[in-house]
Amino acid sequence: MSGAAFLSIRNGDILRLKDVPHLAPAEFRDHILRGVDSGWRIVSLFGKPIADRYVRLYAVMANDRQGSLSLCSADVTDQYPALTGECPQAHWFEREIAEQWGVIPKGHPWLKPVRFHEVYRFGTDAWGRDPSKKILPGVTDFFQVRGEEVHEVAVGPVHAGVIEPGHFRFQCHGEKVFHLEISLGYQHRGVERSLIGAPAKRVFHYMETLAGDTTIGHATAYAQAMETLARCKVPARAQALRGVMLELERLANHAGDLGALAGDVAYLPTASYCGRIRGDFLNLSALICGSRFGRGMILPGGVRFDLDEKNIAELLSRLNGIYKNLCGAVNLLWDSPSVMNRFEGTGTLSAEACENLGLVGIPARACGLERDIRFDFPAGIYRLAQLPVSTYTSGDVFARAYVRWLEVQRSVDFLQNQLATMPEGPVSETLAHPASETLTVSLVEGWRGEICHVAMTDKHGHIAHYKVVDPSFHNWMGLAMALRGEPISDFPLCNKSFNLSYCGHDL
Amino acid sequence: MFKVLWTRLQQKRRTVSFPKGKVSLPERFRGLPHIDTARCPDHCQECAKACPLDAVRVDGKKFQWDLGKCLFCADCMEACPAHAISYSRDYRLAVRKKENLILDGPTLELAQSLGKEMKRLFKRSLRLRQVSAGGCNACEADVNVLTTVVFDLARFGIDFVASPRHADGLLITGPVTDNMKLALEKTYQAVPHPKLVIAVGACAISGGPYRDHAETHNGADSVVPVDLYIPGCPPHPLTTLDGLLRLLGRL
Repeated sequence: MSGAAFLSIRNGDILRLKDVPHLAPAEFRDHILRGVDSGWRIVSLFGKPIADRYVRLYAVMANDRQGSLSLCSADVTDQYPALTGECPQAHWFEREIAEQWGVIPKGHPWLKPVRFHEVYRFGTDAWGRDPSKKILPGVTDFFQVRGEEVHEVAVGPVHAGVIEPGHFRFQCHGEKVFHLEISLGYQHRGVERSLIGAPAKRVFHYMETLAGDTTIGHATAYAQAMETLARCKVPARAQALRGVMLELERLANHAGDLGALAGDVAYLPTASYCGRIRGDFLNLSALICGSRFGRGMILPGGVRFDLDEKNIAELLSRLNGIYKNLCGAVNLLWDSPSVMNRFEGTGTLSAEACENLGLVGIPARACGLERDIRFDFPAGIYRLAQLPVSTYTSGDVFARAYVRWLEVQRSVDFLQNQLATMPEGPVSETLAHPASETLTVSLVEGWRGEICHVAMTDKHGHIAHYKVVDPSFHNWMGLAMALRGEPISDFPLCNKSFNLSYCGHDL
Repeated sequence: MFKVLWTRLQQKRRTVSFPKGKVSLPERFRGLPHIDTARCPDHCQECAKACPLDAVRVDGKKFQWDLGKCLFCADCMEACPAHAISYSRDYRLAVRKKENLILDGPTLELAQSLGKEMKRLFKRSLRLRQVSAGGCNACEADVNVLTTVVFDLARFGIDFVASPRHADGLLITGPVTDNMKLALEKTYQAVPHPKLVIAVGACAISGGPYRDHAETHNGADSVVPVDLYIPGCPPHPLTTLDGLLRLLGRL
């Protein structure tokens, strides 16, 4: 993929809107397809309304091996030839474009709503729904398998556990799942739409609550974007502290997930230890900023709370204690044949399927794909402190659990190093007004995987468009595919091994 | 087997002795807030201007702080030129009536226990069905944590159940998105009488950051009657536990 058709950029580059390559729709499509054929993948694909009934489509693509990102755009009106048929990783993005802007990807094999809300351009509903009637979530034509002995199981939106809502439809033959269809949107709070023109003081709190368990991840992605647009240099100490918070968030969630996976196979020792240890990590975040979820820590321009010598010593000593406990708890899993029997070979995804679907984060690395923003597109502290990518190859529940465990060890190592060698200096910088008519792509490796924020400004330097892609947006389809051919009773285990975000997806 | 037992010994006993023992919260924890209005410069409205949800109002020497809207975010504290705003480490914030969420002095009127009959029914056994209606998974996670060995909710006779038909009440998180309204109503109807509703977190009380969005309903009590409000974004697990125990008359 070369030439003027695509602009090569880096994570956290600022560019003028008018420099974004502009292609004819057919050329745009062609370039994405050829790119995907030669090892690129779709990071973000979205529409932005412009004048005269036009919607401008933007594609952000990544080549992980080369560590390069690229960007291009094309204008469409009410339809364009769909990419999904030839490029399954566009599937969810094209459904989103149709739902938000009423632009129909012609020939899309599975064109259904993603979040069940009204179209954002009046009178252009992609499904021709009656605008006077309320759009109900989960009301769509679900994929169905027919046959005498086939039955359908519908679960949700309200589930049995303390968990967010979503609707799951299983097409089963006895215990065996032929197909699972996941229908979301119950958590839709209208974040992206409200971001434009919202009081500035509220915007940051949207970011902290996009996905509450990824507060630091999304807040950092937003802060990074704003800093780029305002050409602000974030002090080194703030970058280090952001890294510390991001890895603590990863540790808390990975520890919690390993415990929950143990719980799902009824292995109670690890389940109960890790449930508690997750809280111990959250309490380390609270030690730094007062909030167990890192609320209030990140600021555009730096961080709000600094650490003194005493805090650092306490953090390090508590971290070592917690890690020792975590090693004991998690290593029980790998030593227990009853656990391994349930983990191994369950919910297997091939690397090929992963690549086709464009998965990111843990599920991708558990298939051996080396995709990690911290390594491939490092920003902030990760430019200086490199974390090797943790992968495993079997693509099953075990691999997704084990990759978490590998990452836990890397993160602890990172924290010990960073806390021992914290750079001196201030922890925040005043942020100027963003530059006008510019664009930036901000990538962060959250604990679930790749977080992508794209921000654009208008001629006054106000946010004109903001696009969020949570890793879950890429990965929900992966869960559906992992369940094919599995017994339905393994759904909780498979689901937990992905542990995707509902609100991060629904926005 | 030996390894399992050895690990068990190493993990020790971890359950906190709440409510009897001492509570340890980090120094920077943001609990019950206070404004020392004596320090406020005349006509200064910096805190009100900084508050993302207009939860704070200062009028001369009086202040009003709506804990139902407050995200405990420190934006106001940082904006205050006179350093008059402080958050204490007092984690007790739960109230029974919405008007009691308005803080205008040093103390809050904390939740009263249920009436005699309801207390007789639920004091020793309360089963809750949790409904997330647009919650960001922070409230959900810190409610869930109550069932871990640290807080061990079950020792108070409180537990979460899978079906609303097995429940004595609902614990609601999230601003109630339009897409979850019907599901929430149906879940509420499925709970047998008499029933309780507990709203956890700024979103479930007032809509939180998503207040007045067309896609949300500004909290649980726009859909169902609420018996207990637990402020926070998200509330600390101890704040929630304290609220539940107060409601049951066990504190």
